[in-house]
Amino acid sequence: MVSETADTKKIEQFLTFQLDDEAYGVEILKVQEIRGWEPVRVIPNTPHYIKGALNLRGAIVPIVDLRERFGMQAKEYTPVTVVIVLCVENASGSHVIGLVADAVSDVLDIRSGDIKKSPDLGSKIDTRYMRGMYVYKQGMIMLLDADRLLNPAEFEGISRLVE
Amino acid sequence: MAIDMAQFHQVFFEESFEGLEAMESGLLNLDMGDVDVEEINTIFRAAHSIKGGSGTFGFTAVSDFTHVMETLLDEMRDGRRKVTQPAVNVLLGAVDCLREMLTAIQNEQDIDTQSVAEHKRHLDQELRGEVSNSAQVSQVATAKPKTAPATLKSVAPGWRITFCPHLDMLKTGNDPVRIFRELANLGALETTVDQKGLPDFYDLDPEECYLSWGLNVAGDIAQSSIEEIFDWVEENCDLSLQSFSDLAQRDLAHQPGVVVSDDADPTHHQQDLSHPEPIEESSDAAKVKTVAKEESKVANKGSSSIRVETSKIDTLINMVGELVITQSMLSLVGEHFEIGKLDHLKSGLAQLERHTRELQESVMNIRMLPISFVFSRFPRLTHDLSAKLGKKIELKLVGEHTEVDKTVVELISDPLVHLVRNSLDHGIEMPNERLAMGKPETGTIILEAYHRGGNIVIEVRDDGKGLDKAKLRAKAIEKGLIDKDTPLTDKQTFELIFMPGFSTAEKLTDISGRGVGMDVVRRNIQSLGGNIEIISELGKGSTIAIHLPLTLAILDGQSIAVGDETFIVPLVSIIESINVTDAMTNKVAGKGETFRLRGDYLPIIRMHEIFDVKTAKAQKLTEGLVVVVEGQGIRCGLFVDDLLGQQQVVIKSLEANYRRVEGVSGATILGDGSVALILDIPGLVRLSNQKHAGRD
Repeated sequence: MVSETADTKKIEQFLTFQLDDEAYGVEILKVQEIRGWEPVRVIPNTPHYIKGALNLRGAIVPIVDLRERFGMQAKEYTPVTVVIVLCVENASGSHVIGLVADAVSDVLDIRSGDIKKSPDLGSKIDTRYMRGMYVYKQGMIMLLDADRLLNPAEFEGISRLVE
Repeated sequence: MAIDMAQFHQVFFEESFEGLEAMESGLLNLDMGDVDVEEINTIFRAAHSIKGGSGTFGFTAVSDFTHVMETLLDEMRDGRRKVTQPAVNVLLGAVDCLREMLTAIQNEQDIDTQSVAEHKRHLDQELRGEVSNSAQVSQVATAKPKTAPATLKSVAPGWRITFCPHLDMLKTGNDPVRIFRELANLGALETTVDQKGLPDFYDLDPEECYLSWGLNVAGDIAQSSIEEIFDWVEENCDLSLQSFSDLAQRDLAHQPGVVVSDDADPTHHQQDLSHPEPIEESSDAAKVKTVAKEESKVANKGSSSIRVETSKIDTLINMVGELVITQSMLSLVGEHFEIGKLDHLKSGLAQLERHTRELQESVMNIRMLPISFVFSRFPRLTHDLSAKLGKKIELKLVGEHTEVDKTVVELISDPLVHLVRNSLDHGIEMPNERLAMGKPETGTIILEAYHRGGNIVIEVRDDGKGLDKAKLRAKAIEKGLIDKDTPLTDKQTFELIFMPGFSTAEKLTDISGRGVGMDVVRRNIQSLGGNIEIISELGKGSTIAIHLPLTLAILDGQSIAVGDETFIVPLVSIIESINVTDAMTNKVAGKGETFRLRGDYLPIIRMHEIFDVKTAKAQKLTEGLVVVVEGQGIRCGLFVDDLLGQQQVVIKSLEANYRRVEGVSGATILGDGSVALILDIPGLVRLSNQKHAGRD
């Protein structure tokens, strides 16, 4: 999802976070707030990665565990486990959704031109939910397309992004 | 000075749409035999304010169009023109057209100029058809002089205007001289002054206008351009406008005292006969477009507003005041608290609770609108369709003042239109069929709304032919929806019409019966948390009843515990809660559990199984409680660990940020800030059936 036509010098800010030793990023403009993990109410008969619903100042917000969503090993929640609350847009309007991550790391300024198109990782890995990749300090950060990733209509099983 | 006019547009559109509704209902209420002048006045005023508003905002297409309507209405108002059915039909068509134009402007789309021109032509025809028939003829005469009637040949085109200003006209800043000057620009002007009204010199008030004039303007001038000149003063004077040729014709009749009757005019008569057909068509086409555009409007313009009675707001302000007083009292108690003030604190808290509840109720009340907002469109629909179908149908509206939630008002109208159209098209028979069956010639459709329990019920009743069970069944078998020997109860048979792709109409019409629809209707109503049922008797008629929850925002709930989870069951759906004994329960075919309750066998839904709650304490039926609930006519028992307490809960949407979850109608927030899910009983039953079916 690299924008070919837009000014490649445009600087965007991304919030990066950790899942195991993998780094991920989401556009900071989509982030509403970051909170500590607190127990949620289970919503019955939903995919296992929907941990439940949280009362966020009167709004009912579903919480998605990204590790489980990507098919990674589930991990016990600790005091540093965070919930990143995102406001995503899609065809049915805007939704507020929480994302469970191991820890948040940094906010990076990234030039649009530096975002590498996500490589074709073969049919086993779905790159639809990725905006691209960014090389940072010998590591790689997977920039997620939050709007697509957290579309409630698409909360069905997806394969792990990176193996 | 740059004022952003756009900020007033929304208000203008709302008022205009309201005005259009008033015009429409006024036009439909007009009784041809005995015309109520006040009714015409109402219609006229609505048209006038739309014209004024659109002029102010620079929507000239609208103001020009409305001007023509207004002229026609003005003549009706003054009694210069008879109110005839064709004229009313033309005006109704024009109302539709105007609505379409306004919708287009609102959505910043292009106006369909072709349809506007078409309606304008009809209006013009109507205008010329009566008052200045001869003006039309004389136009024809200029075009084809040879065919023009000889009697009218000699009459020069022009107008005779009688202008009698009211005494106070000068005070409004209007000067007759200016009007005359403008008239003179149109053609040769001849004026005669009538000084009869002039008082004695000593009684004369120089600020008042005592004179009146007779004006002859010669030339081929459009009536509208003269009226435009008098536009500013028409409220302050008595004005009459007659074309020379009209006068000449009257003279020809040579019957002083006998007014030439409009009906005697052959050209007019012909027009009357030729009118209805094309107008019906075009208005219908216009309606289809309007519907399509309304849909796009919903998508485009998210913001909506609501009109609230001032009294409701006053109550609200009053209560907020009370709340503030209670709050300050409580903070006073809290500031220097000692144990002796405990009673004080308790009473303060009780007061706070009462006020909060009252406040909540009155805020809810604001969202309530009378159902007449939805019902008001049906007289028009019936009027148009019955004429088109050649049926005689009377529509009765009952309980229009029943108040329902605004969301319901918005979402119920499309399903209702569908149901009423179905009744009109398929339900009510043709007049001769009805007579043959010994029924009155005129069919009746009753649209009724009333409260029952925690629900509002909307019924569409007709005395038409009813549903044919055998035909429904045959059709369902033919379409492969059911097996040849599936036994069906009456109720289940009627429910077949809600299946996708089901239609019993032998011939499809453009009004209804395309086989889509009833399933959509049911889905819409279910999405509102309601249900729909049909009672029908062959040959006698059908009743379709829609049950909807009274308000979508708040409900009395019973909290129940299943393991660590808390759920809310709407109190209205609970019948009782009981402890079951082993003797009461039994299994059907080793799967479905049932229990006996006073002779009835009810299925048991184990909550912890259906929602997969692993922490549930009660595993055996005797260890927990069975809550007997009812939803959409189905009774069943919910097996839960325990009952917690009753409370009012505010319904929060789960769909706003997530999506619909079967068996759950929404969520709420409990006193401790945690989330609890509200159960949807019919959904639970469906879910339980699915689970059992999946196990086979």
